[in-house]
Amino acid sequence: MNKKKWYDYLWIFSTTYLILGFFNILFAWLGMICFITPLMIALIKGNKAYCNRYCGRGQLFSLLGGHFGLSRKKDMPGWMRSTGFRYGFLIFFLTMFGIMLWNTYLVFAGTQELKQVVTLLWTFKLPWHWAYHGTLFSPGVAQFAFGFYSIMLTSTLLGLITMVLFKPRSWCVYCPMGTMTQTICKIKFRTKEDSKQCL
Amino acid sequence: MKKKANINRKLCVACGCCMTACKKEAISIPHGIYAIVDLNKCVGCGMCVKKCPASVISLEVMSRE
Repeated sequence: MNKKKWYDYLWIFSTTYLILGFFNILFAWLGMICFITPLMIALIKGNKAYCNRYCGRGQLFSLLGGHFGLSRKKDMPGWMRSTGFRYGFLIFFLTMFGIMLWNTYLVFAGTQELKQVVTLLWTFKLPWHWAYHGTLFSPGVAQFAFGFYSIMLTSTLLGLITMVLFKPRSWCVYCPMGTMTQTICKIKFRTKEDSKQCL
Repeated sequence: MKKKANINRKLCVACGCCMTACKKEAISIPHGIYAIVDLNKCVGCGMCVKKCPASVISLEVMSRE
């Protein structure tokens, strides 16, 4: 039997992160770890160790869908598993991320006021003022936190929905970070093989 | 003839669910592109088939067996 390692408990980090956002939105910045670490591992090491071992969100879905039986454990529809859908979702996700960065810039520039809302599923604006207690820096810092937390909460919600409907870690199939890191690994591996052939 | 896990490399998302599920440590994802099965270690239990969210693993009789 495999012995539990320290990284098997990273689901606690993911859960704590989501909870902290209800108390102080500035904690949303911590989520950058989940964006930078997988990209760094893929770029430097050329593998998906983050998805394979360290993804707390994936572990959370495994736990809820597997141990707690909150998943139907059915196959995802074919179109959702297709390369087209995965890359399409990645492009959509990056576009929405770009819009969020633009809104942050506008607040930093002073042309737009800070909006104390969390946008769920890129549509539903939920009042979130109770989690904002001011910032020592520019209101743009808080705007980024609201925008980033919206992304994290939305993706968790989507992950939970597909966890219930299909297999526990269905989110991993269309996770933009997963698609992005796999693409980086593909490019890195091909470049390495090509340079070997040149020798 | 014993069945072994066979992974559709084209559709594998390299998430690592199969790797975690495998009690025999027969699956690895060396380059982050797709999972690879060590046929000498695989016992054909089908745990990886159940866990794979992309449903790209099947149990098949391998010709090399």
